[in-house]
Amino acid sequence: MADTDAVVQPRKKGLTRRQKRSLSRGAQYAVFVAAVIAFAVSADWGRLKNQFAQADIAEQMFPDVITLALKNTVLYTLSGFAVGLVLGMVIALMRLSSVGPYRWFAGVYIEIFRGLPALLIFIFIGVAVPLAFPGTEIVGGTYGKVALALGLVAAAYMAETIRAGIQAVPKGQMEAARSLGFSPARAMVSIIIPQAFRIILPPLTNELVLLFKDSSLVLFLGVTLEERELSKYGRDLASTTANSTPILVAGLCYLLVTIPLGFVVRRMEAKAQEAVK
Amino acid sequence: MTAKTLGGPPEIQVRALYKSFGDNEVLKGIDLEIGRGEVVCVIGPSGSGKSTLLRCVNLLEEPTKGQVFVGGTELTDPDVDIDAVRRRIGMVFQQFNLFPHLTVTENLTLPQRRVLRRGKAEAARVAAENLGRVGLAEKADAYPSSLSGGQQQRVAIARSLSMGPEVMLFDEPTSALDPELVGDVLAVMRRLAEEGMTMMVVTHEMTFAREVADRVVFMDGGVIVEDGTPARVIGAPRHERTRHFLSRLLDPAMAEVEEETSDQVGGSD
Repeated sequence: MADTDAVVQPRKKGLTRRQKRSLSRGAQYAVFVAAVIAFAVSADWGRLKNQFAQADIAEQMFPDVITLALKNTVLYTLSGFAVGLVLGMVIALMRLSSVGPYRWFAGVYIEIFRGLPALLIFIFIGVAVPLAFPGTEIVGGTYGKVALALGLVAAAYMAETIRAGIQAVPKGQMEAARSLGFSPARAMVSIIIPQAFRIILPPLTNELVLLFKDSSLVLFLGVTLEERELSKYGRDLASTTANSTPILVAGLCYLLVTIPLGFVVRRMEAKAQEAVK
Repeated sequence: MTAKTLGGPPEIQVRALYKSFGDNEVLKGIDLEIGRGEVVCVIGPSGSGKSTLLRCVNLLEEPTKGQVFVGGTELTDPDVDIDAVRRRIGMVFQQFNLFPHLTVTENLTLPQRRVLRRGKAEAARVAAENLGRVGLAEKADAYPSSLSGGQQQRVAIARSLSMGPEVMLFDEPTSALDPELVGDVLAVMRRLAEEGMTMMVVTHEMTFAREVADRVVFMDGGVIVEDGTPARVIGAPRHERTRHFLSRLLDPAMAEVEEETSDQVGGSD
């Protein structure tokens, strides 16, 4: 740096640090503005509007996109979340168990289901299982299949989150509970897990957001008209109308849920940060 | 203190107790008896094993060897119902360990309801009574985080008392407190002692030990060095190690010089 000759020469030649900084910032703004202008000029606005923002096609999507598609997306997400939470809790407790095989099993489960693409699990549940066992029916039809597929994947992530939450509860809490005469199981249920859930509420909500998006994989299950969720609904309509407006509308419907949820998570995280002081 | 009549079997009995953490032997053969209604203060430098000993008495630490009896029941018997025995032993921690997700009253009622299976009304009555005893009746609906350290510790004492213990163990109950908050906690403990509770107190509060304890036990290096009346152990220590420790307590600047004695264990206090 030229800073070294500052001692010799207080007012050095060339740019000062402040000048350099404002020059650099100016350049960054200039590049950004140039890029926006270049895009605005080169884009074929008429065509874009035609392809993505046709008001009459968008209009024709309502109310079904909400009452059917969004409703099903929410339903799939919540049922998958419920299965994932219960299963994740079991796996987390197994992971923390003093019984070796339980820990081992939980570890293998987590590695497998975190390592596989969710799509593969959907295909497995939706195609492979019915093919292999023609007689068996998964309870709840499509809803059951989706809940199971989403739940299996979510459980692996949630198990690790729940385990971390349980371990984040100070050791003294278990000691206090035990010295009051709580059995280990009762202390876990009454004292430790309630505190763990407070800690992991933000990451669990994040997991809900992820599941909300992953529910789009239902697309690959083959569902009836009544069972379509946002992505499938948007895609079907896009192909019948030969227009991409439905995709845009479906996308906006996702954001309608994910953005507020993300906001809630940040609020919770900020509050938790505050509680720690 | 008026001498207490200490008839019958000892309330707490520790026999040839050893405890190691890995290669580190923290307790090296402890024998100790505490009679019913007796108040015993355990003092000693950090790393002397005094907290470990206390934690062995309700089996929060599993002894490596030796026996612990409380109220005639052997805790070290592998077939003992440890949860049942612990209901009779109250424990107060240095870090209070209140349940932060519960109000003060819930901290006192939940253990009674879940562990002792008391009814709602009875648990609430016992909780209110014990909150009154520690002078915090007005904090019944507060959450622990809104209380001062001294108040939290008094709630923790009330929580233990709500279980109706026969013995109370205190693990440096005032060490985490700001100096001006220590007095309230010690006052509660003093009253408890006067009411005849059997107490084993690991502490650095020499004034408390001198005025309230029936006996003072000085530990160093995992063994009991001296055991006697406060006047004897604190007032006229026989052993060089006790004298060293007490002079360091009175004049902390001396600590630098003596540091090499026995400061390895860490952890438990």
